[in-house]
Amino acid sequence: MKAVDGIDLEVAPGEVYGFLGPNGAGKTTTVRMLVTLLLPTGGRASVAGYDVATQPAQVRKRIGVALQEAALDPLMTGSELIELQATLHGIPPRSVRARGAELIDRVGLSQAADRRVGQYSGGMRRRLDLAMALIHEPEVLFLDEPTTGLDPTSRLTLWSEVRRLRDEGTTVFLTTQYLEEADQLADRLGIIAAGKIVASGTPAALKAEVGRPHLDLVLADGSDVAVAREVVRRFGVQRPPGEDCNLSIALQHGAADIAPILRALDDAGFGVAELELKQPTLDDVFLEKTGEHLEGAEEPEPEPV
Amino acid sequence: MRASIVVLARRALRNAARRPQFLAPLVLFPSLFLALNVGGLERTTTLPGFPKVDGFLDFQLAAGITQSLLLGGVSAGIAVALDIEGGFFDRLVASPAPRSAIVLGRVLAAGVIAAFQVSYFLVLGAVFGVDVKGGVLGVLSVLAIGILAGTGFGAIGVLIALRARNASTVQGIFPLVFVVLFISSAFFPADLLSSPADAVAAYNPLSYIAEGMRHPIAFSNDVVALLEGLGAAAAVTAVALGLSLQALRGRLRQA
Repeated sequence: MKAVDGIDLEVAPGEVYGFLGPNGAGKTTTVRMLVTLLLPTGGRASVAGYDVATQPAQVRKRIGVALQEAALDPLMTGSELIELQATLHGIPPRSVRARGAELIDRVGLSQAADRRVGQYSGGMRRRLDLAMALIHEPEVLFLDEPTTGLDPTSRLTLWSEVRRLRDEGTTVFLTTQYLEEADQLADRLGIIAAGKIVASGTPAALKAEVGRPHLDLVLADGSDVAVAREVVRRFGVQRPPGEDCNLSIALQHGAADIAPILRALDDAGFGVAELELKQPTLDDVFLEKTGEHLEGAEEPEPEPV
Repeated sequence: MRASIVVLARRALRNAARRPQFLAPLVLFPSLFLALNVGGLERTTTLPGFPKVDGFLDFQLAAGITQSLLLGGVSAGIAVALDIEGGFFDRLVASPAPRSAIVLGRVLAAGVIAAFQVSYFLVLGAVFGVDVKGGVLGVLSVLAIGILAGTGFGAIGVLIALRARNASTVQGIFPLVFVVLFISSAFFPADLLSSPADAVAAYNPLSYIAEGMRHPIAFSNDVVALLEGLGAAAAVTAVALGLSLQALRGRLRQA
C-alpha cells in the first residue's frame, strides 16, 4: 500500500505552504520523508537545495522540525531541552544559554523554563516544541499539525508565531487538517487525499476555481427531502448536505437563484425553516476534488482574544 | 560529535537519577539475590573441588555485580524504547547530530552507571567483610571490567530496543538475563558444573566477565583472568555496538 503516491510540489523560499488533508491522507508520511526520517521508495525530493536521500545531513542542518504530538522528554525541564537541542545543532556552548533564553522568552515560557515538561499543558508543550525547532534559525521549518488538540487561545498564539516567522523570511511547511488554519496561514497550499495531491494554489485561487456560492436549506419539519430535492434540481448541483441542513445547492447564478428556489419550494408546498448563503470554502474545494467533506471541517474556529 | 555524545549521555544520567524506580532495582534486586544466595548456600564452599575462599560472599560478589550490570543493560534498553514510543527518538534522529551519537551517548551513560553499580557492590562487600585480595589494583581491575561490561550490556539493551521499538518487549527479556547468567560460571565454579552446562559456560562471555572480577576480589590479581575478563567485555561491547548502529540504520530505512 502506498501512503504517498507521486506527489509533486514546490515551495518557494519565504512562503508558508499549507499541506491540507484528512487523517491518513499522507501528510505526515510526506513530512517524515522531507525531514529525512523516512527514505522515499521512489522519486526525488530536495529541501533547501539538498537531496533528502543522498544529502540528509545537509538537509538536517537547515531544517527545523516540530512533529505531530510535540514529542518532548517529560523528565527534562524546558531549559534543559532547549540546551540539548542547541548542542545537537552544533551551537557553540557560550551561545547556547543566551539563544535558549531568547527563544523561551519569545514563546512565552520564561516562567516555566525550569519546570519539568511533564507538568506543561498541551499549548506550552507545543510552544516549547516550536522554540526547539527554531534554535538554529532554520531556513525551512516543518510544522506537522502544530495545533491539533490545542485550545483556541493556544492555537491563535501559534498562528501569530507562524505569521511572524513568515515575516522574518522563514519558509514554513505546515500540515493541517483544519480548513481555517490553512486559509488563515498558507500563502499557497496543496490539498492531499489518499496519498495524492488533488489541488494546489493560493487559497483564494482554489476557492475561485470552485466559484459558485451554495445555499444550505433546512426544510420545515415533516418535509419529504427527496421530493424537495427534485423540485430544486434545476437551480444547481446538489451537494451532500452537512449536518446542519437538509439540502445544499451549488447555485448556478449566485444569490440571484435564492428567490426562485424559495418560490419553487413554496409552490410545491415546502416550508423553509432556515437558509444560509455560503461563499466557497476550502471544504468546497476538497468536496469538488474528492466528492467528500474534509474531516475536521466542522472544527470550531478560534475565538478572538 | 563529542559534544553530542556528552550531552546525550548527560541527559540519560539525569533522567536515570530522576527515575529512581528504574535505577534502584539495578542494585537492590541483585543485593537481595546475593543475600539469599550467601545466606542459604554458604556450605557450598565445602564441596569437593570448590576453590578456597574466605567466605561464599567473596565468591558470589562478582556474580551479584554481573547480574546488576545485566539489569543495567535492560534499563538502558527500556529508556531507549520509551524514547521511541514517545517520539523523542525521532527528534534526535532529525537533528544534524551524527546518528551514531544517539547510541554512543546512551551507551556511555550505561558505562557511568556501571561504575556506580560496581562501586556499590564493592562497598556492600566491604561492609559485610569482603577484603579485596588484589588490593587497590584489584579494585581498579574490577571497575575496569565492570564498566566495560556495563557499557556492552547497555549496547545490547539499545540494540533490543531499536529492534523491538517498545518498552514492554524490552522488559520481557528480563527473565532471559537470569537464564544467560545461570548458564555461565558466575554463580558456581566451572569445575562443579555438570554437562552440558559446563560446555555452554566455557563459551559464555559472562563466565569470563564474572571470573575476571572474582579473581581480584576472592583470590589475587591474575593477569590471565583480567585479560580474559576485559577481552570478553570488550568483545560484547564491540559486537553489541556494531549491531546497534546497524539496527539504527535499519530502523531508519523502515521507519
